[in-house]
Amino acid sequence: MNYKLILDIAKSLLLARWKQTLVAAIGVTFSIAMFIALLGFMTGLNDLLDGLILNRTAHVRLFNEIKPNPNQPINASDAYKTHHNFIESVKAVGGRLEIYNNAAIIKTLNADPRVLGLAPKITAQVLYNSGATDITGIVSGIDVDAETKLFFFNDYIVSGKVNDLKNIANSIVLGKGVAEKLLANIGDIVQVTTSKGDIMPLRVVGFFQSGVLDIDKVQSYASISTTQKLLGKGNGYITDINVKLKDLTLAPAIAKEYAQLFRVDTEDIQTANAQYETGSSVRTTISYTVGITLLIVAGFGIYNILNMMIYEKMDSIAILKATGFSGKDVRRIFIAISLSIGVFGAFLGLISGFLLSAIIDQIPFNNPGLPAVKTYPINYSLSFYIIGTIFSIITTYLAGFFPAQKASKIDPVIIIRGK
Amino acid sequence: MSQIVLQAKNINKSFHDPITVKVLNNINFSINKGEFVSIIGKSGCGKSTLLYILSTMDTDYEGELLIDKQEMKNKKEAQLAKIRNEKIGFVFQFHYLLNEFTVLKNVMLPGLKLAKYNAKEVEHRAMEKLKILGIENEALKKANQLSGGQKQRVAIARALINDPLIIMGDEPTGNLDKKNSENVFDIFKQLTQEFNQTLLIVTHDQSFARNTNRIIEMEDGRIINDK
Repeated sequence: MNYKLILDIAKSLLLARWKQTLVAAIGVTFSIAMFIALLGFMTGLNDLLDGLILNRTAHVRLFNEIKPNPNQPINASDAYKTHHNFIESVKAVGGRLEIYNNAAIIKTLNADPRVLGLAPKITAQVLYNSGATDITGIVSGIDVDAETKLFFFNDYIVSGKVNDLKNIANSIVLGKGVAEKLLANIGDIVQVTTSKGDIMPLRVVGFFQSGVLDIDKVQSYASISTTQKLLGKGNGYITDINVKLKDLTLAPAIAKEYAQLFRVDTEDIQTANAQYETGSSVRTTISYTVGITLLIVAGFGIYNILNMMIYEKMDSIAILKATGFSGKDVRRIFIAISLSIGVFGAFLGLISGFLLSAIIDQIPFNNPGLPAVKTYPINYSLSFYIIGTIFSIITTYLAGFFPAQKASKIDPVIIIRGK
Repeated sequence: MSQIVLQAKNINKSFHDPITVKVLNNINFSINKGEFVSIIGKSGCGKSTLLYILSTMDTDYEGELLIDKQEMKNKKEAQLAKIRNEKIGFVFQFHYLLNEFTVLKNVMLPGLKLAKYNAKEVEHRAMEKLKILGIENEALKKANQLSGGQKQRVAIARALINDPLIIMGDEPTGNLDKKNSENVFDIFKQLTQEFNQTLLIVTHDQSFARNTNRIIEMEDGRIINDK
């Protein structure tokens, strides 16, 4: 096929009506630019919001829950096995939150190839003493290095140094809200009372702000050994093991597996945070819908302009057909016109979409709840650019196809005799 | 023995809308190489309809049409387009030049489509054709910058570009004044005499027809006279 000739004719027809062509191309440019900026912004926001919860949430959490024993003695009796047993006043048993034999569990987990890493943790209910009043709160004993590596603990420290928590004995990082209530500054000593009544002075080495106000009002962090001392427990005491997996989607299955293997309670991230994933996918769907709608509208613009062009160029099409261009050639000419509008428009759209994203990225966004974020979040994923290009080419092809089909069916006899 | 270029055998055609009207009735004739044939007749006698059938653009007819001894019936649209490109040159009442292109490019288009020669060669040949028609100086102008007579000559040059077996014309002088009409006729005459070009021209211009080698006269869809 003589593509050079077809492209040459397409080019001439395009340039003959360059203003209309430009308008059509701008339509595509605009929609692609919006598509990219919108998706970049929405995804950036999604990442930020998801990160707020998901980054700090373990994919699988191992813990012991205080709950009634599901295996009551009556169930063990052969005589009443087939009966429907009603037991009243069942109480929770144990009350021991410790994960038994945790050293062995940690060793097994570390050997599991699906596990990215794990962070042991102790959760202690405490009262912060401030003069005559006590404020309820939680002190989490953490492995600072593991927590920083896996759960970005570092990002949420607004003042002070993370490593001080590890290096200074009996130190604490207070939640921003807690610190405000206690009027505590870095270097101060705060008194902390455990649920068992023991009082312990701890040195404030930093402040922590998660962005979730309710958490910041109660939560503080100390090192594992400090917390063990606080609770008066030995150095094997651990209440939680937070596991981060290489593949988040495996979490429910692995959680079930660990529950059986280690005889502990487990919770996976999907169960714990189902609402966040729903929110993300809804936002993403909306962005794609808007973006693709814009593209379809641009497609109609191209369709209109091509239809008009065909109407105007009826004579030219007729003579091309009379002098030996087949219907296929004519169709190719008009599809080439449409695609060049699409490609040209998309190319400009990619550039302006990127620039638009970059501009949004510069707009200040200061939220006291989000200390790590200074400007609007933007995701520059290449996939938006690829999807945008593919969609623009598909829509412009379709927008061109129908008018081109019409042009290819023009009967030269009717045009020529009509004069 | 002269070579038969085009042959029509029992060609019939009817229009069915709104009622069936027979527009062509049993048309039989053939054209030899180098003949300068004109088809004349009153308006509505079917001469243009016949021309469009002979030119392969209208495929809705009964009977047989042979161009260069090839049967045209049952050929696909793309094949017919190729035959028109290669073997038939057209001159219409209206010039149908593409205003987006220069005169030269207009002439070159069918040649580029045929792609028998490379672009450089086609351009050279287009210039030669324009020279024959005496408009080589206008080659680089846009088509819409020419006068009516010049445009028609460009259209003839375009018809000649692929050295067609036959040139078909539908009232090629219909839109021209007397001087330009004579001019176009002279060109046709020159083409038959110098280049042994076969021509089939539909016209209602009696003086034009009188000067051709052969006149086919039509009335009510039949050939009533062929001399």
